[in-house]
Amino acid sequence: MTPSTTTTQVVPTRWQRFRASYLFYSFKRDRVAQISLLIFVALVLAAFSAPLIAPTDPYDLAQIDILNSELPPVWMEGSDPAFLLGTDAQGRDLLSTILYGARVSLLIGFGAVMLQGLLGILFGLLAGYYGGRIDAVLMRIADIQLSFSTLMVAIVVGAIFKATFGNLMFGEVAVLILILIIGIAEWPQIARTVRASVLAEKSKEYVDASRVMGFGSARIMFRHILPNTLSPIFVIATVQIANAIISEAALSFLGLGMPETQPSLGSLIKSGFDYIQSGSWWITLVPGLVLVVLVLVVNLLGDWLRDVMNPRLYKG
Amino acid sequence: MALLEVNHLDVRFALRGGDIQALRDVSFSLDRGERLGIVGESGAGKSVAAFSILNLIAQPGYIAGGDIHFDGQTLSAMSEHQLRQIRGHRISMIFQDPMMTLNPVLSIGEQMVECLRAHRRISHREAREIALDRLKQVQIPSPQKRLDQYPHELSGGMRQRIIIAIALLLDPDIIIADEPTTALDVTIQAEIMALLLELCEQHNVALMLITHDLGVVSQVTQRTLVMYAGRIIEQGPTKEIINDAQHPYTQGLINALPQMADPGQRLNQIRGAMPSLNAIPSGCAFNPRCDFATEHCRHVMPEFVTSGGCQVACHMVREMIEEAQHHA
Amino acid sequence: MPDVTTHKTTNAEASMQPSTETQTLVRIQDLEKRFDLSGSWLEQLQFKEGKLQRHQEFVHAINGVTLEVQKGEALCVVGESGCGKSTVARTVMGLISPSGGEIHYDGQRIDHLPAKAMLPYRRRMQMIFQNPYASLNPRMTIQQTLEEPLRFHQPGLNPSEVGDKVHEVMHAVGINPDWGKRYAHEFSGGQRQRISIARALAVDPEFIVADEPISALDVSIQAQVLNLMMDAQEARGLTYLFITHDLSVVEHFGTRVAVMYLGTVCELATTRELFANPRHPYTQALLSAIPRLEDDRPTHIRLQGEVPTPVNLPSGCVFHGRCPYADQRCRTEKPQLIPTAGGQVACHAVQEGRL
Ligand SMILES: Nc1ncnc2c1ncn2[C@@H]1O[C@H](COP(=O)(O)OP(=O)(O)O)[C@@H](O)[C@H]1O
Ligand SMILES: Nc1ncnc2c1ncn2[C@@H]1O[C@H](COP(=O)(O)OP(=O)(O)O)[C@@H](O)[C@H]1O
Ligand code: SF4
Ligand SMILES: [Mg+2]
Ligand SMILES: [Mg+2]
Repeated sequence: MTPSTTTTQVVPTRWQRFRASYLFYSFKRDRVAQISLLIFVALVLAAFSAPLIAPTDPYDLAQIDILNSELPPVWMEGSDPAFLLGTDAQGRDLLSTILYGARVSLLIGFGAVMLQGLLGILFGLLAGYYGGRIDAVLMRIADIQLSFSTLMVAIVVGAIFKATFGNLMFGEVAVLILILIIGIAEWPQIARTVRASVLAEKSKEYVDASRVMGFGSARIMFRHILPNTLSPIFVIATVQIANAIISEAALSFLGLGMPETQPSLGSLIKSGFDYIQSGSWWITLVPGLVLVVLVLVVNLLGDWLRDVMNPRLYKG
Repeated sequence: MALLEVNHLDVRFALRGGDIQALRDVSFSLDRGERLGIVGESGAGKSVAAFSILNLIAQPGYIAGGDIHFDGQTLSAMSEHQLRQIRGHRISMIFQDPMMTLNPVLSIGEQMVECLRAHRRISHREAREIALDRLKQVQIPSPQKRLDQYPHELSGGMRQRIIIAIALLLDPDIIIADEPTTALDVTIQAEIMALLLELCEQHNVALMLITHDLGVVSQVTQRTLVMYAGRIIEQGPTKEIINDAQHPYTQGLINALPQMADPGQRLNQIRGAMPSLNAIPSGCAFNPRCDFATEHCRHVMPEFVTSGGCQVACHMVREMIEEAQHHA
Repeated sequence: MPDVTTHKTTNAEASMQPSTETQTLVRIQDLEKRFDLSGSWLEQLQFKEGKLQRHQEFVHAINGVTLEVQKGEALCVVGESGCGKSTVARTVMGLISPSGGEIHYDGQRIDHLPAKAMLPYRRRMQMIFQNPYASLNPRMTIQQTLEEPLRFHQPGLNPSEVGDKVHEVMHAVGINPDWGKRYAHEFSGGQRQRISIARALAVDPEFIVADEPISALDVSIQAQVLNLMMDAQEARGLTYLFITHDLSVVEHFGTRVAVMYLGTVCELATTRELFANPRHPYTQALLSAIPRLEDDRPTHIRLQGEVPTPVNLPSGCVFHGRCPYADQRCRTEKPQLIPTAGGQVACHAVQEGRL
């Protein structure tokens, strides 16, 4: 009666499991994924250690000299070696503003996706697990939510907030407000993904088995079903980070996002935009390039994850 | 010479952990009009053996060695184009899932006509006549109506009948049926098997029947191959194998059937499970599960010995035969 | 001829209620289950003959099933796919609620109990599922899978007691207790089914519903799992409701057998009686279709046509469209279960002595 198919007696550790996993295997073989991850990690590290590595502090008015305004990057004529990527119209070091700006953008990106995830997972689980009326109501709310564009939500919320608390106050909590706006505007994306995979998982027998055990709905939803829907959530969350960063940039570019005193990549692009005519293209183009690279690598990582976690899709 | 002859077939799958060998040194033959059963547990390599005859193994599988002869031609040396002339024409296949053969967007009649006209120069009308005739042969109720129906309009049993009609369409020499009734209920299975048997006899078609159901094998086939972990471990006349199996695995398989134990008593189980192909034990692959295994079995791969009408790959059987000869 | 039937009836009654020893554990009474196929309320609206009408379509999965499971027996339910076996199992376990009828466990009606009141019964009745690849949570280790029910139902146990119990059930089902840290996908189908059995046994149930527990396994593994279930029955005094389509397993394993067709029970008898002397025409056809080792050729009773869909149930006897003995009465009047020697059968032909 002794089962003998599993030959090795040692139980692999988590790290060994990971090393043996398909995820790790395909990562090892995928150059694009490796480079994307490398760039992404480098950007994130640089952005979040901005106060440590940035040459100047763009928020510190004392360090800014208006006489240094619109200096080009070092490889161009008339540059100042102190400003690697040149300066903007107010004389701030562009490299520093980009580092700080990327930090704001990433913060909003991560924050918004976290909020989306929270709402999306909760509503997706409820809709998928209970079905029926709860499902119908939640999914109609999601549809309505999606039919308002992020922009509209931002304009309305921003206007209401500014009207009640004033511009100054808005500047202080702008990051939170943007996280809230983008998070609320886009949770249905995640909720739909979660709902679809909950529906698939719910029909599997291990869920019946836990119902037969008498476990409560909350336990079944969060301990049994949720862990099995994580891979699609992971994939869509990655893509959503890129989307959130883009949304933030778009809002800021339109003047609905971060104030110039606390620039994100989007507001940097916007503030530089006025100077393209005068020949200072770098003020807008360099942060733009950083934004494009950031969004691109996140999307590439998302694509790779989707291929790995859904091999059926991959093989077509 | 046999109609189909497979010699030392070696099929592998290139997987990320390295190659695994799905078939090892598989040799067998099939005569004209003969019915051969292939039995074994799932994963033993039955389907791979069937698919490799017409070189239908999908990536990452490939034929690494051995040769296949059919009616004087060497299939294993043929181009894809030449093989296509044989497939469905002289050797046809029936799968467990009828939808592997049926095209969901074409009516039954269209599919049959298309298949006929791909291999024969006949008019649409003639082709339709033949198709109708075949549908009558498989005893489908209202065959005329079926010609214009689509696969999804038919039940599972009906679809499998259509598949048999299609398999017979071009008067093949061999039908390879891979678990044709596994997905069906017993009453439908009984009808389909009876039909297949009747038609094969009537048209003198050779049948290669893959199944894990020993009862079906004993009802339908004349000769049986037993496969284990990618190898043939016993082959011979079905009657002999069922009534007097020599290999401990075959014995175990038969004795494990509920009907071989008294009601309410424990079944005669074989311990353990078949190894996966990347962890096949050395020597005889069955040795960890075998009650008769010796040190020799754990190290040396057994060769075939002849015992009665059967060929058996087992050291214990060989020793018993040698001993008997010694005494004689 | 009717005399014979009545005579047999008395016999049957005598054998069916021999003494006070047999005790009904589970009673399924006139169970009915319809599944609504027509979707939401909006999708049901249809234009017919110029009028807007509400159109509903049902799958009649179970149509009046009455069964009693006696303590200590293995009651097998057989029938072809789609005849409602799983639906019976899932309704008994409270996974789906019946559209009609009652389910009693140990004298107490349980089909409408709220989750809280149901909890004590959850421990006493457990289920084993068909698909070994879907019935274990892929994100949990075996240890976690087995510990959770224990912790849930017996919060008083300390960790070492939980560990001991898990160790014990793993040992009982022949899974090496050292493998607790592994995940389900690291086990073969047969081993997973053992683990599913261990999970059911962990809470010390007295009644187990097994829905085709060995159908997905290989022959040699089927024997192992069947033996394991028999061992467990003997060691723990279990009662089984065993669902299968494999009649040779029933012959070996079952105490009594219920044969189902299109959501109704057409014959119910002790295993020995059913296999020795099948009465219902469908049972006869089913038995004749088992491919036996000793057969040289298929020798089955040919039935006309195929199983109709349970969406539009046939009138009268559900089997009449395929039955060689059907007559006018069969087409209009629904046969009731009548007692026979060693069981019950629902067939006009048997009742009239035509068969
Ligand atoms: N597409 C595939 N990729 C990898 N391995 C495969 C593939 N198809 C079959 N195999 C291997 O070949 C073995 C035999 O498979 P198969 O012939 O399908 O078994 P069966 O006897 O159940 O028909 C399997 O155990 C598996 O390891
Ligand atoms: N959730 C469901 N929704 C709709 N129809 C169902 C559902 N579950 C089962 N059925 C139908 O009920 C009938 C009985 O099914 P089931 O009990 O699973 O049969 P069995 O287990 O005997 O194969 C089938 O026709 C099936 O299609
Ligand atoms: S009642 Fe009539 S139709 Fe039904 S099984 Fe009996 S004889 Fe056949
Ligand atoms: Mg196969
Ligand atoms: Mg079922």
